[in-house]
Amino acid sequence: MNSPAPLQSRPPQPAKQLYEQSKTVHNKRVDGPFRRFKWAVMILTLGIYYITPWVRWDRGPYAPDQAVLIDLAHRRFYMFGIEIWPHEFYFVAGLLIMAGIGLFLVTSAVGRAWCGYSCPQTVWTDLFQHIDRFIDGDRNARMRLDKAPWGPKKIARRLTKWAIYLVIAFWTGGAWIMYFADAPTLVREFWAGEAAPAAYITVAVLTLTTFVLGGFMREQVCIYMCPWPRIQTALMDEKSLLVTYKDWRGEKRGSLKKAEKNPEAYGDCIDCNLCVAVCPTGWDIRKGPDISCITCALCIDACDKVMKEVGRPRGLIDYATLDDCEAERAGQPARSPMKAILQPRTLIYFGIWASIGLALLFALGTRSHTDLTVSPDRNPPFMLLSDGSIRNAYTLRLRNMESRPRDMRVAIEDLPGAVMWSDTIAAEKAAPAQTFAVPADQTLTVRAYVSAPADTLPGDFAFTLTALDEQGESDRTETSFNAPGAE
Amino acid sequence: MAEKRIDEPTGTETVGHEWDGIEELDTPMPRWWVYTFYATIVWAIGFVIAYPAFPGLKQASEGMLGWSSRGQLAEEMSAADQSRLSVREALAVMPIERLPADPELMSQAVSGGAAAFKVNCVQCHGSGAAGSQTLGYANLNDDDWLWGGDLQSIEYTITNGIRQADHPGSRTGAMPAFAGAFSSEQLDDLANYVLSLSGKAEPNAAGAQIFSENCALCHGPTGEGNRTLGAPRLNDAIWLRGGSREDIIAQVTNPKLGAMPAWGERLDPVTIKMLTAYVHSLGGGEDTPVPVAPEEAETVPPEQEAQTPAQ
Repeated sequence: MNSPAPLQSRPPQPAKQLYEQSKTVHNKRVDGPFRRFKWAVMILTLGIYYITPWVRWDRGPYAPDQAVLIDLAHRRFYMFGIEIWPHEFYFVAGLLIMAGIGLFLVTSAVGRAWCGYSCPQTVWTDLFQHIDRFIDGDRNARMRLDKAPWGPKKIARRLTKWAIYLVIAFWTGGAWIMYFADAPTLVREFWAGEAAPAAYITVAVLTLTTFVLGGFMREQVCIYMCPWPRIQTALMDEKSLLVTYKDWRGEKRGSLKKAEKNPEAYGDCIDCNLCVAVCPTGWDIRKGPDISCITCALCIDACDKVMKEVGRPRGLIDYATLDDCEAERAGQPARSPMKAILQPRTLIYFGIWASIGLALLFALGTRSHTDLTVSPDRNPPFMLLSDGSIRNAYTLRLRNMESRPRDMRVAIEDLPGAVMWSDTIAAEKAAPAQTFAVPADQTLTVRAYVSAPADTLPGDFAFTLTALDEQGESDRTETSFNAPGAE
Repeated sequence: MAEKRIDEPTGTETVGHEWDGIEELDTPMPRWWVYTFYATIVWAIGFVIAYPAFPGLKQASEGMLGWSSRGQLAEEMSAADQSRLSVREALAVMPIERLPADPELMSQAVSGGAAAFKVNCVQCHGSGAAGSQTLGYANLNDDDWLWGGDLQSIEYTITNGIRQADHPGSRTGAMPAFAGAFSSEQLDDLANYVLSLSGKAEPNAAGAQIFSENCALCHGPTGEGNRTLGAPRLNDAIWLRGGSREDIIAQVTNPKLGAMPAWGERLDPVTIKMLTAYVHSLGGGEDTPVPVAPEEAETVPPEQEAQTPAQ
């Protein structure tokens, strides 16, 4: 422990603030290749989100005709030609793993491209910022309006803007629930007040979150709430693609006038601050990479335009890796950012991602639409019958994953002399195989009794399930037969 | 302990702690964050007023909403009862022998019976309804019945119980104790003969003689049993109290007789119907004899059970 310093040597304390008031970001309109790319991504992602539930897909009379449907009530997930049952949840798990590794892959290849272009928070914030611009004008007009005292004009503007926010937010929440039920029916029910309470609650919650997160929180979500930027700081290194200000070229900053007077003393940056003005999170890229920079590259568009106007080469702010920056600073020629994409790490991520995808596709292509699961009774494990034979009981689940009813035959294999009957087939009709009618797209639960001669020893056997149609799909499930011979 | 200082790159003050050269910035939180924190405090105050919160000697403070976990349980229980009401009403008017004609109601009754069985029956019959040979509790899974295995017989047995002296309709049957009546050789012969009925020993004339004079009256000439008297079937592979020579001799000389409460005094008729359906579904259920005429069917049960043997 240090001895306490004398009081008079304490430096003057700055006034402590408990909190920091967030400054509203009024980003300026900009045009350029990255802005146009951002538009394209926004239209594509919002289009997919809003339109998908309305796409129809004919699956015959026993299944819904919505192309993408998460049917929680009937425990089915439909995606175009694919139908996932609960016991095939590994497909969904696989897709989620692919999505996770996909984020790693994208981060490794192109840095925070997810944050900059396709994250829902980014897309909706961008949309809401365009509405700001449409109602209140561009950056300067909005800043003036913010400072203006509250009057009829400002109130009218604000109410209009918030009303539009609210409509978009409601539309966003409304589109979400369409994925969980037949969209046209749900819309009718929703407006007639007949939809499930969960539907209204979900829409209300998502409307509120979209309204607040997209309309007001915006960059605060990225900087303070989202875990992904924190994880990304661990994923990125000097080989990762960033949006970078090339300070060795730009510094020392100075206005055009100053630079014209003394060209030797100043760099390329004319300190016009346009890169800060267009930034949707209000970051100054010239301070270096930061969690606030979502790498949307709008500052590149802005700076390139200015550089063109003042007759200097583009790329004062550009995509580059920190390694490339070092090399350039040392005087080597600039390397194309495209080269940063192909590196071993990225290829390994891509390999893992693609092999999971191929494995899922293979499993999907070879999966059977007939499935049998068997659970033997454990209490009592076996039962002696009057004639001395030994009876075991099993719960069989016969899955008919076709959208038509099918007759299926369950047979006993490798258990000599055994016969079976069930809760619906009387013991008098016991036989080594029984036929059950399984309704379309359903699981039939059968309580099956298997009886074997008195001298049967405990051991393994199998049930086979065969669909009695032209395809004749089948499944085989091993189980065990318990008998008094067991130790 | 390091001094608080302004961190140069960020311009933010440090908190004044230092661990192996690592310092922490005292970055101010965003305003909305602080306000959210205050909002949670306000919420908590409201919560304390609205819901039970402060522990007292006997009970916690009552919230203004009057909520309690017991009250919630009671509400959920009554809601569950309400949801079962239609099934119970349908079962109340359904004669048990017609139940198989309604598979949906039957399966609902079986589920209800499984739950009632866990509460009332597992103490003796076991959670798998396999009974106990040591204690003489009947196995309900097999195809051997002391008092009949069709729906009506099972319902009657559950309702009226077995060997309940103070319950008039109770199933009653007795086996005399033969201790002292036979010599040990005679007992051996008899036990051998009983075993021979199910093919587990060679038949012997002496045993056959004793059996036909003393046992055949109730257990039948070939040991087929008698369900009216609850006399167990002896010519099958199932033994209520063990099938060894010693077990048989013990049961002849000093028989143990099982008993079951008359559940009609404790449970309502619908629950008994559910239990009946469940026990019947365990694998040994017999088809209900088709009632000849409605009025006969109502009065007949005891005689009808008489036609079927038991163990």
